[in-house]
Amino acid sequence: MKNSAYLFCFSGVLKRELQRSLQQRTRFISALVRPLLWLAVFAAGFRGTLEGMVIPLYGSPVDYEVYITPGLVGMIILFNSMQSSLSMVYDREMGSMRVLLTSPLPRSYLLFCKLFAIALTSLLQVYAFLAVAFLFDVAPPPLGYLTALPAILMGAFILGALGLLLASLIEQLENFAGVMNFVVFPLFFLSPALYPLTFMQDGNTWVYWACVINPFTYVVELIRHALYLDLNTPALLVNLAAFTALTSAAVLGFDPARRMLNNRAPKGR
Amino acid sequence: MPVAVNIQALSHSFADRKVLRNVSLTVEQGMFVGLLGANGAGKTTLFSILTRLISNSSGNVVLFGHDLQRSPADALATLGVVFQQPTLDLDLSVLQNLQYHGAIQGMSPTDVQARAQEELERLQLWDRRHERIRWLNGGHRRRVEIARALLHQPQLLLLDEATSSLDLESRIQLIGHIRSLIKTEGLTVLWTTHVAEELETDDQVILLNRGEVHAQGKLSDLITAAGASDANHLMLNLSKSGS
Repeated sequence: MKNSAYLFCFSGVLKRELQRSLQQRTRFISALVRPLLWLAVFAAGFRGTLEGMVIPLYGSPVDYEVYITPGLVGMIILFNSMQSSLSMVYDREMGSMRVLLTSPLPRSYLLFCKLFAIALTSLLQVYAFLAVAFLFDVAPPPLGYLTALPAILMGAFILGALGLLLASLIEQLENFAGVMNFVVFPLFFLSPALYPLTFMQDGNTWVYWACVINPFTYVVELIRHALYLDLNTPALLVNLAAFTALTSAAVLGFDPARRMLNNRAPKGR
Repeated sequence: MPVAVNIQALSHSFADRKVLRNVSLTVEQGMFVGLLGANGAGKTTLFSILTRLISNSSGNVVLFGHDLQRSPADALATLGVVFQQPTLDLDLSVLQNLQYHGAIQGMSPTDVQARAQEELERLQLWDRRHERIRWLNGGHRRRVEIARALLHQPQLLLLDEATSSLDLESRIQLIGHIRSLIKTEGLTVLWTTHVAEELETDDQVILLNRGEVHAQGKLSDLITAAGASDANHLMLNLSKSGS
């Protein structure tokens, strides 16, 4: 295979993901509506939550809308990654996965392309959300939009890899509802996306420690700090470790054919 | 004649159930070969191994001189595949589906565009290239799948019960088109089916029964050897012995 073949494959997978993302407009819109509801409704109700509290990163008391925005960015990435892996389960059930697997290019490379494409669609959604959040007076430093980019991409890769790993383990589309209940919601709520971890520490130690070991916590914190021109080194290290572990697990463990065909004879024959 | 497909001592099991037993067969280049067998004969398992969706438990497969296990990229590059199950992306247009396939085959966008036009025009689908697959009927969808399978100019076309969801007219058209490609493009075709009418008496046929190659040769010779009156009778006998 020529080197250019890898490039053509990469751009093709990326283009397809973007085409699907844009053609399924309701998916794109709902990806924005969900965090915007949290920002406009939930944050309005809990505006006084952080009153009198100084969070070192921001330096002075901060509006709740400002605090939860990086958490909602994390939410967008999390949901988009899970939605993309859901579409992978759908592809497998509908058969289009078979076409991908007959490509002469290495499967690990095809997976990398897929991961990158998922990450880029997340990025589009995140920046669309940040543009709307600006109207709610969430205005990080202009350079913060740029410094947050690698943090958002890394988060998208981590969660995308988690999604792909789950997709290869899930046998049927119907089982994906369980992923929402047992993976997505715990990851999101056991994190500092909606409230600082000190709240948890004061309330319930067990929950606090669950937040501490949750990799999504560090995805959110890395984005939060990067958005305000700060590097959270511990969060970066955990992100790098999670990125390495989950991407390796996704590449090594990803075998859609296993769920598609193995361990049972093809139906009817 | 040079060999397109060479399968030697191929076996495969699902858990403790053996579905292919010591299968050995060859397909010569430029031939239309029917892979006939009743349900449960192992046709789809063999097809899945050829397309590397699953790995065989033992034996080896060589496609145009490339060992499928040792050099899968070279072997897979020779293949065009039409699966029994529809595999098009319903939300993308005809052209977008072909563009995606070309990309994952490593083709340049320029080549994809030129080849897509060529194949779609040949199948009278160029005017419908911007339509979403969702809005096409079953016959047209199959034609798109054929165009897609031929896009990267494979040497071997594998079709797994490609006519199973088609009406009679579409079925006749499709078979006619595939046969014409053998003459014009020098393509080798391996056609998996359990419908004997899709084959002509001069066709080379491999009869698969209970995971084993029951017989291989010209269909007319196999009918005579089995003492059957026609291809349907042959299939019926095979089904009875397989059940």
